Amino acid sequence: MNNPQLDTDGQLRHLLSIEGLPKRILNQILDTAESFVGVAEREVKKVPLLRGKTVCNLFFENSTRTRTTFEIAAKRLSADVISLNVSTSSQSKGETILDTVDNLIAMHADMFVVRHAQSGAAHLIAKHVPPHIHVINAGDGRHSHPTQGLLDVFTIRKYKPELHNLRVAIVGDVLHSRVARSEIHALTTLGVPEVRVIAPKTLLPAQVEKLGVHVYHDMDAGLKDVDVIMMLRLQNERMNGAMLPSSEEYFKTYGLTQERLALAKPDAIVMHPGPMNRGVEIDSTVADGKQSVILPQVTYGIAIRMAVMAILGGGAGATL
Amino acid sequence: MKIHIKNGHVIDPKNNINDKLDVFIAAGKIVSIGAMPNGFVATKIIDATNLIVCPGLVDLSARLREPGDEYKARLASELQAAVAGGVTSLACPPDTDPVLDEPGLVEMLKHRAKQQGLAHVYPLGAMTRQLKGTALSEMNELHTAGCVGFSQANVAVTDTQVLWRAMEYAATFGFTLFLHAEEPFLAANGVAHDGEVATRMGLKGIPSAAEALALASILRIAQETGASVHISRLSTAEGVAMIRTAKAKGLKVSCDVSANHLHLTEHDIAYFDANCHLKPPLRTQRDKAELTLGLKDGTIDAICSDHTPVDDDAKLAPFAEAEIGATGLELLLPLTLKWAMQEKVSLLHAIDRITTASANILGIAAGDLSPNSNADLCIFDANEYWKVNPKTLKSQGKNTPFTGLELAGKVKFTLVNGQVVYHD
Repeated sequence: MNNPQLDTDGQLRHLLSIEGLPKRILNQILDTAESFVGVAEREVKKVPLLRGKTVCNLFFENSTRTRTTFEIAAKRLSADVISLNVSTSSQSKGETILDTVDNLIAMHADMFVVRHAQSGAAHLIAKHVPPHIHVINAGDGRHSHPTQGLLDVFTIRKYKPELHNLRVAIVGDVLHSRVARSEIHALTTLGVPEVRVIAPKTLLPAQVEKLGVHVYHDMDAGLKDVDVIMMLRLQNERMNGAMLPSSEEYFKTYGLTQERLALAKPDAIVMHPGPMNRGVEIDSTVADGKQSVILPQVTYGIAIRMAVMAILGGGAGATL
Repeated sequence: MKIHIKNGHVIDPKNNINDKLDVFIAAGKIVSIGAMPNGFVATKIIDATNLIVCPGLVDLSARLREPGDEYKARLASELQAAVAGGVTSLACPPDTDPVLDEPGLVEMLKHRAKQQGLAHVYPLGAMTRQLKGTALSEMNELHTAGCVGFSQANVAVTDTQVLWRAMEYAATFGFTLFLHAEEPFLAANGVAHDGEVATRMGLKGIPSAAEALALASILRIAQETGASVHISRLSTAEGVAMIRTAKAKGLKVSCDVSANHLHLTEHDIAYFDANCHLKPPLRTQRDKAELTLGLKDGTIDAICSDHTPVDDDAKLAPFAEAEIGATGLELLLPLTLKWAMQEKVSLLHAIDRITTASANILGIAAGDLSPNSNADLCIFDANEYWKVNPKTLKSQGKNTPFTGLELAGKVKFTLVNGQVVYHD
């Protein structure tokens, strides 16, 4: 079966998941993002790469932060941006996803940024749209959040350029996390030799080791000598039920504190995709501490999203 | 009408016939196989040179969607599909709208099906009222109305007390219960096998243990009550082992596997192919191998189509939201033949699993070519390949994971009660 993300020349056509993308494409995105980091620091924070194009943010699931970063990225590339919170409009009137998409195509949208609560929604749309339209997955169910995975490895590369020498720990609710899946694929594709996941068994999916990770249930053992700690958000609804007894117990067993951070390498960096639950998965002193790179992640997120849109829009090679 | 089927290769598993023989039909019945009866003058001759002549197929599970879901499929379209697939008798599960728990509904369905004059329809009545798993349905009344057994379709009975009573009651009157083994709490919201693929794709899993747990309850209660139980659509290696043990113990248990599960695994979901959203979920390579072994050694008695037509729009949704099911009546024969060829199983043995064996489970007079039996036959070319194309399928449901596949086994004639109801 053809890889739906690549065109017949092996170039990126849609960004749906990190899995299935060759290292060449990941590096192309990361290297392109490198050139966009500087744009935000200019007085005029705009480049004309997507001038005249219309980017449509199609959010079937609410997210202010991710939507905003995509909006900013598109605007810095000079695109026109429409943002639709579909969860509060047509879907509640019974319109199907593809009907919504068809209507926007009729309005000449060039690119869709899609978020949906169900795994596979972005694939469904990508399969449906005509060849000149590009789809970027901004998070589908538990499946994938590729720009987050890319911005995370971009951040790691900034602080720890020797990816081939790293030990990375991903901590928390891997079971429900599209971010964790994207991070794992990005790290393993780029040659990070040791990726660990640390979580209780209730928060790990079946056969997670087949993704190429080492599984730890003991936080202290898992953090030992790692270079990068990637914390995951714990959703409120998982905290008091059959998954976990309480947020207090979770913090005691899997919360990242200064004491636990000391088990990692002294220069280890701490990451979090946000939004954080302070005192649940991460202690404030760590989140705001000097090893934290959580805010730089947000900054780089815009560069990554610009890079993806520029490559898909065909302007990646253009001068800035 | 007197029909003479000439020069065909007759396969009749029940009577262990596997030879080039002629078939003679009169007044809707088989008169003779082999020698022409004295004074037989055919009014119609069917040339079956290079074709296989076998009993009409008997399908243990085909949804016709009537009453209630006519936008998905209709009796007319699905019974056309049945005979185009060589299926002359089929059992339909009770999860219609309304549910088949009223004798009047069953009588109406039987009547409307009969009017079509195509395949025979044998409804499975609801085991519990509204399939709610609380109160027993009127099994005797439903039986009189035409139900050949009782089923919960895909709805689990969570209350083991009710399951126990249902089996006791069914056993009292010798009715068979058709049960799908899936523990509903473990399977809650699940859409794919809980394994590597579901983990990669971020789909909520249904663990194999859900089948094993449900099966353990069903088999244990069957043992206590002496009920006759048929397990519909087994999906796991462990399930096969449990049925094997139960049969060795002498329990009155039989089971089937869907043709889909003989050929597909979780990996066929690929990039969220909604046609692979099936119940039970497609499982691992190992499960598939054990299902095959079970089918070969007789642990699994029969193959069903699990025909579940779904309208196109209902499949155009993200995997988990896409409606469950695939069309299957027209694929049962070719998928069975493909399985037999891959596994080097004889044609006689393979055809048994979709004719005689399934008729025995339903307790109906069908699935064989014994003299004086109903002349329900399927005549097919085992070597002719055809491409699965949604446009040419007769079923209103066009959804199948096998679209585009070239399959051997083309039905040429289907006869029901001695009438040609399909001709390619």
